[in-house]
Amino acid sequence: MKAKDEQSSNIYEGMVPVARLKDKDIYRHYISLLVDNEAGVLARVIGLISGRGYNIESLTVSEVDEGKHLSRINVTTSGTRQVIEQVKAQLGRLVPVHIVRDLTDEGPSVARELALVKVAGVGEKRVEALRIGDIFRANVVDSSTRSFVFEVIGTTEKVDAFIDLMRPLGLLEVSRTGVAAIARGAVGIEG
Amino acid sequence: MAAGTARTRKSDTRSGQKYVGARLILKALEEQGVDVVFGYPGGAVLPIYDELFKQNRIRHVLVRHEQGAVHAAEGYARSTGKVGCVLVTSGPGATNAVTGLTDALMDSIPIVCLTGQVPTHLIGNDAFQEADTVGITRPCTKHNYLVRDVDQLASTIHEAFYIARSGRPGPVVVDVPKDVAMAQGQYSSAPRGGSRAQHKTYRPQTKPDPALIEIAMRLIAGAKKPLFYTGGGVINSGPRASKLLRELVKLTGVPITSTLMGLGAYPAADKQWLGMLGMHGMYEANMAMHDCDVMINIGARFDDRVTGNLEFFSPGSKKIHVDIDPSSINKNVIVDVGIVGDCAAVLEEMLAVWKARKYRADQKALNSWWREIDRWRARDCLRYEQRGKVIKPQYAIQRLHELTKDRETYITTEVGQHQMWAAQFCRFEHPNRWMTSGGLGTMGYGLPAAVGVQMAHPDALVVDIAGEASILMNIQELSTAVQYRLPVKIFIINNQYMGMVRQWQELLHGSRYSQSYTESLPDFVKLAEAYGCIGLRVDNPAKVDDTIREMISINQPVICDVRVDQKENCYPMIPSGKPHNHMLLGPETEMSTAIEGEGKALV
Repeated sequence: MKAKDEQSSNIYEGMVPVARLKDKDIYRHYISLLVDNEAGVLARVIGLISGRGYNIESLTVSEVDEGKHLSRINVTTSGTRQVIEQVKAQLGRLVPVHIVRDLTDEGPSVARELALVKVAGVGEKRVEALRIGDIFRANVVDSSTRSFVFEVIGTTEKVDAFIDLMRPLGLLEVSRTGVAAIARGAVGIEG
Repeated sequence: MAAGTARTRKSDTRSGQKYVGARLILKALEEQGVDVVFGYPGGAVLPIYDELFKQNRIRHVLVRHEQGAVHAAEGYARSTGKVGCVLVTSGPGATNAVTGLTDALMDSIPIVCLTGQVPTHLIGNDAFQEADTVGITRPCTKHNYLVRDVDQLASTIHEAFYIARSGRPGPVVVDVPKDVAMAQGQYSSAPRGGSRAQHKTYRPQTKPDPALIEIAMRLIAGAKKPLFYTGGGVINSGPRASKLLRELVKLTGVPITSTLMGLGAYPAADKQWLGMLGMHGMYEANMAMHDCDVMINIGARFDDRVTGNLEFFSPGSKKIHVDIDPSSINKNVIVDVGIVGDCAAVLEEMLAVWKARKYRADQKALNSWWREIDRWRARDCLRYEQRGKVIKPQYAIQRLHELTKDRETYITTEVGQHQMWAAQFCRFEHPNRWMTSGGLGTMGYGLPAAVGVQMAHPDALVVDIAGEASILMNIQELSTAVQYRLPVKIFIINNQYMGMVRQWQELLHGSRYSQSYTESLPDFVKLAEAYGCIGLRVDNPAKVDDTIREMISINQPVICDVRVDQKENCYPMIPSGKPHNHMLLGPETEMSTAIEGEGKALV
């Protein structure tokens, strides 16, 4: 079952409405964490997620503040509201985690990922691949007489769509970064 | 791994005084108020043991197995409210400690466990007695550290104590490579302000949201069938929480039940006390949970032993849940009011609001609620008959309780039928007197825990109520008890079966007792003598009292082998997969049909 994207207004802090927690529909949420960039922190996050059986669609991590040794981890998870609240609470319990933000709950956000897509083919298929690449504003970052590597950036759905269209045109290989997400507006993650 | 994140005072730094790493560890432990360490030496911790040898402020208790060290520290921690401290070596020392650490994590017991590690340059090389201790213990600790820099050693230990005791308590591992313990480094003192010192990330919320307290108290005041359901969080919060709980329960007139972990927070002799709830809890407590209209959960976590089938769990009630751990709220049971905070702080606010708003319980409704409860009580769900020449296990435990209740008594248990009978028949009046492995259900917990309790309370009576199977899992700790002259009493309810396993085989597997009967049990009296303590045996109901009196009178460790009815089962019982109002009250119920369908797959 494909997860629904949920955008919602703020809820009363400390008390999620019961009706909402009992909602059995599956939602996809983008959750961002600011963590100490120390050995083992990623293992803690991943171990928690796999140990408790949560569903993770994508997870990205990179240092974002060298001076303060802070890394940002973006988690795309899907589940019922109750499970998503659990994921956030459990992540918040980890000692090296500074901040847990539910970008889906806390107003509009932007989520993007990058994919490198290798397509091999000749003749009409090769031309068609290039044409579709153009429509998706994909950059050709490598090219040989028999292949292209496209760099495509966008939402998960856009990248999925591009890959689907490349399938009959000689899709060989895909490398995706996973989702990086950020809230819209003038406020930073640290508030 | 980064460490020393707490702000530290730099007095020692300024003086430039350097100490060897092992000395820094002991200085930090001393500053944290550690008076006893439970441990076992080995190659990687020899420098630390050498420093222990050179001082006499911190006592060391040499256990006989590292699992015992952690359980002993748990017993010490639970009975005192302080952080328990463990010291073990690398590799097998650390892996042996894993069961104890998991036990402490499940029951929220504050422990700091120092583990030795191979020297830094050998880490990752499959060196002798190397194990990836931080990797192995990551999921079974609240937090863990590998200290690579000797200058971070003291501050990491201070931080470990802060993490272990703050918020929801738990075990913390500090892994110290041998070269770090032998290097020269600077000491840093603990941050000022004790537990209130600001950690850069870990600052658990202890003060509740006042708006939520208002909502909760309005609900309680308007309730017709309210019920308090309290847990280990009240004990962990400290004696003040128990005092405030008693005050609030008295003030509101509401009945109260508790989990296994919460026994003692409310006095069992009080008439508002319904006894323990859950799978082997009291009939009246479980029926009240099912039928109540406002449930006030304070410091309990809706564990599956308590809730039974979630689908039918207390269907008609509004639920208030107080927990210091935000992840406990809405985890198993969706609640109407989730209050994050320390039990004592929340109870204090609750009392203040109740008084300020001049709330009164609906006395008419409460009276009729109590009449309903009294009808359930009249079923007398713990009844048993002591007839004939065979000792009933319930009788033995009940007599033990009666003959020990008027002195300062601490009870530990192993895991199984005897544990549930102990929870049913030992009636606790005070917190911190009851040590049992609740969450993990660790057989072998009770004896080492009793060692830890007795270390902390040398003049008290400490009894491990055990089963003959459980006690053999950590029997070696009897040697520890003898070495330190700890007069712990081991009261073995001996039915020659793993009783709870046998009970479930009766329920689920056509009474095919696969591997649940222990042949070739040791002669426990001779075993006691072999260890250098006293062994007693009783198999006659008429001699139970005298034997217990004799056991108490002996000022050294005693094993009391109580030969009991082999076939007795533990009732009442909520069969797995069933709701609270489907309790089995006794063997007259048809066991084989009690659990069906999906319930059979549950544990």
